[in-house]
Amino acid sequence: MHDYGAFSYASKDEMIGKSKEFWNPDKTQFWQDSGVDLVIDRREGYYLWDMHGRRLIDVHLNGGTYNLGHRNPEVVAAVTAAMGHFDIGNHHFPSLARTALAEALIKSAPAGLTKVAYGSGGGEAIDIALKTARHTTQKRKIVSIVKAYHGHTGLAVGAGDQRFSELFLSDRPEEFPQVPFNDLDAMEQALRGRDVAAVIMETIPATYGFPLPEPGYLEAVKALCERYDALYIADEVQTGLMRTGEMWGITKHGISPDILVTGKGISGGIYPISAVLMSERAAGWLREDGFGHMSTFGGAELGCIAALKTLEICGRPEVRTMVHYISDLMQSGLADIQRDYPDWFTGVRANGVVMGLEFNHPQGAKYVMKHLYETGVWAIFSTLDPTVLQFKPGILLTPALAEEILDRTEVAIGKACAEVRGRGRRVR
Amino acid sequence: MPQPLEYLAEPAGVPRARQMLQQAQWAARAFAGYDRASVLRIAEAVADAAAAKARHYAEWAVRETGFGVVEHKVVKNEACSRGIFQTYRDTDLVTPRVDASRKLVSVPRPAGVVLALTPSTNPVATVYFKTMLALLTRNAVVISPHPMAKECCADAARMMAAAAVAAGAPEGVIQVVDEPSVPLINALMTDERTSVIVATGGTPVVRSAYSSGNPAIGVGPGNVPVLVDASADLAAAAKRIVASKAFDNSVLCTNESVLIVEESVADRLLAAMKREGALLLDSDGARRLREYMFGNGHLNTEVVGKPAAWIADRAGVRAGAKTTVLLAPFDLVVPEEPLAHEKLSPVLGVVRVPSAARGIDAARAVVRIAGAGHSAAIHSSDPATIMAYAASVPVLRVSVNVGNSTGSSGLETNLAPTMTVGTGFVGRSSLGANLEPKNLVNWTQIAYNADPREVMPSFTGIVPWAAPRGPVPPYPVASNAAGVLKAPPATLQPAASDLAGTATADELREHVRRLIVEELSHFVKN
Repeated sequence: MHDYGAFSYASKDEMIGKSKEFWNPDKTQFWQDSGVDLVIDRREGYYLWDMHGRRLIDVHLNGGTYNLGHRNPEVVAAVTAAMGHFDIGNHHFPSLARTALAEALIKSAPAGLTKVAYGSGGGEAIDIALKTARHTTQKRKIVSIVKAYHGHTGLAVGAGDQRFSELFLSDRPEEFPQVPFNDLDAMEQALRGRDVAAVIMETIPATYGFPLPEPGYLEAVKALCERYDALYIADEVQTGLMRTGEMWGITKHGISPDILVTGKGISGGIYPISAVLMSERAAGWLREDGFGHMSTFGGAELGCIAALKTLEICGRPEVRTMVHYISDLMQSGLADIQRDYPDWFTGVRANGVVMGLEFNHPQGAKYVMKHLYETGVWAIFSTLDPTVLQFKPGILLTPALAEEILDRTEVAIGKACAEVRGRGRRVR
Repeated sequence: MPQPLEYLAEPAGVPRARQMLQQAQWAARAFAGYDRASVLRIAEAVADAAAAKARHYAEWAVRETGFGVVEHKVVKNEACSRGIFQTYRDTDLVTPRVDASRKLVSVPRPAGVVLALTPSTNPVATVYFKTMLALLTRNAVVISPHPMAKECCADAARMMAAAAVAAGAPEGVIQVVDEPSVPLINALMTDERTSVIVATGGTPVVRSAYSSGNPAIGVGPGNVPVLVDASADLAAAAKRIVASKAFDNSVLCTNESVLIVEESVADRLLAAMKREGALLLDSDGARRLREYMFGNGHLNTEVVGKPAAWIADRAGVRAGAKTTVLLAPFDLVVPEEPLAHEKLSPVLGVVRVPSAARGIDAARAVVRIAGAGHSAAIHSSDPATIMAYAASVPVLRVSVNVGNSTGSSGLETNLAPTMTVGTGFVGRSSLGANLEPKNLVNWTQIAYNADPREVMPSFTGIVPWAAPRGPVPPYPVASNAAGVLKAPPATLQPAASDLAGTATADELREHVRRLIVEELSHFVKN
């Protein structure tokens, strides 16, 4: 019996069955077929426990949502305490917590960003950003990169990969042209007509397997935006909150974006919230018609409390330095593993603790994911490039846990290599 | 990791301080791989930076705490920075040691994260001291200063941290808590990321260090008897005792507390002490002083580290402005006699005894009240008496013919120079000697089969440590930009060590002595 108070299941099998029956049959089955029969039960720090009690170290972090670990005690304490006074709040009125968080976000942000609008999730925040760009420039086109991922809401899904937009007949290629990543000529071609409202870019495209922008690429894109009067929207959902060793990854490129979007991790993993930071120019609609975007749960005050604590933790100098230590240890440890499997584990893309592990097989990351899972580590393949495993260590790791992750990863990569080669697949 | 509800009860600042411990873990992990040349370079750079600011922080400490004497704190700050470095520069606690004949190889293993609690009376000197010890042994240190001295200590710690990192130390190797509080200190002491607590301070903090569940080095309080027997050089004894008692207005745990003098030489000794700047109170004066200092049944903390003349004035006792020590006679060393307790001020209890043997009994009685395992002084030319004294009085260091404040702390003897005087088992401490760098290192011992047929190969020259190749940690540059953007390891150029103008350990001791004498003669002349 698995009794969770509000509900219970007789067994994991029963739970999986009901998940298919009442929730999401395809997604539920997908994981069973992938060799990952995970149903997350207990969670604490960077650990997850399956319903069967097996412990996993989380280096997926659900895209950085658990950047600070699961149920981070400081965030939990802040939100718990706040529940004695706050609730979601009323989005019509000036709000205590929304205002406090907005001020803190602006203080943390690259120069030039002055106003904040809130959503309840990353997709909504992207929609706000795209609407904002359209309003500011009075143009419709949004340029994104091929294989981009910005969420699943109305406009965000249009800016992403066709897999998700076409499914719901939401693809609008004429409004959402896409260009290959790291291709400046294509970018200029797309912007040359001066009919583009904004370029939206993840600073490092996560779901595409964290391909790194070539040195100078983002800077040049920003310059092109200025030349052709398009806004630059930095999607910092996965690269923000100290994951690259700076609060916002875009600042490592010296770029002050017109709009910056944050989500996932800003919630502290405790209460959903997302935010859009805008320049004074972009924030015109907030002066013109502040009711322009309505969101009952957007910037819910309890979420603001979670986000304030999250920002505070991420902004501590100790944490920044720790990210540098973790990034150094992880990258040197992964380089050691790479030396043992040079034909299989072919590369590491990394900026801070944002990492993509490249494998020499079209589905390589899925094999590694499965073996990592069996070895006690949870990391996910890149949906839009399954040769690459997303590898996202938390920013509060201890040295001991970081070493343990590397030990387990070495074993799993070796086993995945043996499995792929044993089946006679072409590895090289 | 504590559960959320515990955090709810934690005051602001505690979670952040825990994060300091975690950063320190990373720093210690990196530092533990440094080679000896890098360690010496860092320690020397920090010692020099600290020594250069010795006066700055001496003034600041006196201003912030109201305790002590600037000139004397300058001396201590210099002794605890450059002095410590010079004393230990040739003590190698980094390189593995090979004992070929016993087929043992010892590999040093730093403690890791040292939690250093520093006192109000000796604030910056102790910050300097513990930081230097940590650096010399490749440990990271998190300093929790006494709240009364938090500003000068935090600033001093940050100055040392900056100097250390500039010399190539790992980021986070020296950290300090800005807003110390009892709950915060308890949280740090019990946190599993703390490798060892080095506690200097009052008895409560030392006891809680030992009950924290973490390894701890804490030392008990002092209450120092000084015996002058009939064989002593009275003039020299008088001079040394007064100078020592006046040193830093007697805030050190090593300052003399009760003078025990053989009746036959008492008048001559006390007369000589008067010539050195002490004021001998009559019974009425002693009563007024007792009333003022202990009127509430415990020490009036207002007197701690204050000048003798100031205390006399407050007590309603006439004393010249040049008086540096108040001599307060009493009859019997018993717990209910306030003047037999530690006074942390330039007030010296005086007891006359009929013989050296009775004097030893009196000294035992002083230490029975407080100060077990700490220190005692004796001025005598009779080795049998000195031996009887040392064997009988339960302390772990007996300073002979020297002021105890600089004697037992190793500044004017050949004991290890220290700000932390181990009081041993008798003083409820794990440390019996003066705290020194080696106390913060363990050794992994490689032990070969003792059978002569099993030969141990040569380990000479096999050193598992290395110099850092750049800033530690390196700044996280995107992996595809590594060749393009990585900064050169500029911070790790061997520092040009300029030894000109710095003193050797012996010179430093002489310097200390001279300063004390100058200070005192200045008072006496005026």
